[in-house]
Amino acid sequence: MQELTLHGSKPTRHGFGEGLVVLGERHDNVVVLGGDITGSVMTSLFKDKFPDRFFSIGIAEQNATTIAAGLALSGKIPFFASYGAFCALRNADQLRISVCYNEANVKIGGGHAGISVGPDGATHQVLEEVAFLRTLPHMTMLVPCDYNEAKKATIAMGEMVGPAYIRFGRSPVPLFTNDNTPFEIGKAQVFREGNDIALIANGALVWESMLAADELAKKGIKARVINCPSVKPFDVETVVNAARECGAIVTAEEHQVHGALGGAVAEVTAKNAPVPIEFVGVRDSFGGSGEPEELMVKFGLTWKEIYASALVAIERRDKGSSGIRRVKDVAQYAE
Amino acid sequence: MNVEFEQKVFPNKRQSAEELAEVALHIRRDIIKSLVLAQSGHSGGPLGSSDIFATMYFGGYMRYKPEDMTWEGRDRFVLSAGHMCPVLYATLANAGCFPKAELATLRKYNTRLQGHPGRDMGLPGIETSSGSLGQGISIAVGMAMSDKLLDKNDRRVFSLTGDGELQEGSVWEAAMAASHFKLDNFCWIIDNNDCQIDGRIKEVLDVYPIDEKCRSFGFDTIVVDGHNFTELMSAFDRFLENQKNNTGKPTAIIAKTYMGHGVSFMNDNYKWHGVPPSVEQAEKALAELV
Repeated sequence: MQELTLHGSKPTRHGFGEGLVVLGERHDNVVVLGGDITGSVMTSLFKDKFPDRFFSIGIAEQNATTIAAGLALSGKIPFFASYGAFCALRNADQLRISVCYNEANVKIGGGHAGISVGPDGATHQVLEEVAFLRTLPHMTMLVPCDYNEAKKATIAMGEMVGPAYIRFGRSPVPLFTNDNTPFEIGKAQVFREGNDIALIANGALVWESMLAADELAKKGIKARVINCPSVKPFDVETVVNAARECGAIVTAEEHQVHGALGGAVAEVTAKNAPVPIEFVGVRDSFGGSGEPEELMVKFGLTWKEIYASALVAIERRDKGSSGIRRVKDVAQYAE
Repeated sequence: MNVEFEQKVFPNKRQSAEELAEVALHIRRDIIKSLVLAQSGHSGGPLGSSDIFATMYFGGYMRYKPEDMTWEGRDRFVLSAGHMCPVLYATLANAGCFPKAELATLRKYNTRLQGHPGRDMGLPGIETSSGSLGQGISIAVGMAMSDKLLDKNDRRVFSLTGDGELQEGSVWEAAMAASHFKLDNFCWIIDNNDCQIDGRIKEVLDVYPIDEKCRSFGFDTIVVDGHNFTELMSAFDRFLENQKNNTGKPTAIIAKTYMGHGVSFMNDNYKWHGVPPSVEQAEKALAELV
């Protein structure tokens, strides 16, 4: 269990940019490719410090991704960063063939994730890439919850071998983990203990889950909050244990409800420990312009939806209305 | 059909047009043999580009060690037009990178000679997976950047695209970058047979004039008869000069070829793009290739 307190807010993209500088200091073969928005995705920090190891590729994400593969096949550790809409989806085929099929040691930083991008609107608010990337063989897919975790995740992905992607956002989000909070690729962390319901989240929705847990506690419901930054590889054990011990789950993410964290949780629980699950996320729609806070409310990505979903999931579990039968219900059937 | 692969292996050195023609003949024979055994795969492009491969791999332009294709000082070739891999496999086998008998496994279960090159299978000489058009050339540009801008060595990177492949926009992104980064260690070969699977290039989508496009993208552009070894050698010589003199310009060799060249009934016929010969056709082709 972690000691987690809120200390302001900061965008996750700052963690990415600062993590890259740490990597640059530690490893001579870390290089960075820019896609013209280097200030926005914070690769400019690396560019300023290591100009000889920074290459501007222009607005050409397909080329940048494949050039990165060529650099990786030459022993370099290339990072390419842009907005997720362009460096995870526009270049999808390049990621599939040149990066993943090649098992090239390419690292992608995808910014402007989710609707919290704000005023830029739907074109720039990527809500689909996690689902795609986690289906790619050899890919590692990370969604950090705050600035500190983004920095740790960036360093970790640079120091592992193989294709990896990190998702980060534009707007400030609550900063609540600290230097001692563990981060490990492939692991989820229990941020709050409880056995009545499991709230499994990543990105900005982890803090919202903590708030939801506070509200649930007022009703005497002890929620287990699980931070799941590593969508792939996935921490099956922590999630299955939560299903078995809590009997009901809410997943929460700033992404379409289909195929991403919620999909991963549903897959592993369906196989190992089927329990009612409620999914908090964007419901099969595009984003739009507005202030981040307004949009998070409009698209149902706050603690309130997590809270309400928890009550629904608990009710489904306790009434057996989902087709899931607890032991006593099965006994009834037997009669 | 009883197919046997000859054990002959050829050296990589400065040699005469006649000697290179002999290598190309063996490459073509091995292409026909591997395709007839596979009963699947592309005939036209591999046969049409055999003279280019013979020159590039056996004319002393690429430095490599057949017994160790992971040697760090090697020059690298990236087949961007991945579907043309039968010619690359036959070339590598004729160089002695792996036993020729393995050519019989083309496209078969668990083979190292995948239908399109798969780096994961570990065939010596396959630098990268390719087959989704327009990507290999970008990978090659990344490799050339690594060599010239980061490691600052004198290694060379070659990449071959088709001409239909030029319809992929990302090819031109790669060309732009090669020029921007002054990659005079990079040689782009365009197999200009004017055929793609649906027909003539102009009918499917016109990419001409290719030479003017390459020049305007900053390449030292050389147009050659892709079946004339003297012309091919002088083009590769010019690439080596460009690199040696630090011209800062990448080289583009536009090789005018005929799809299916070397086999009379396949010559310049786009219908041979993606099909293998039948047993009768293979026998007829091998009878011509002597």
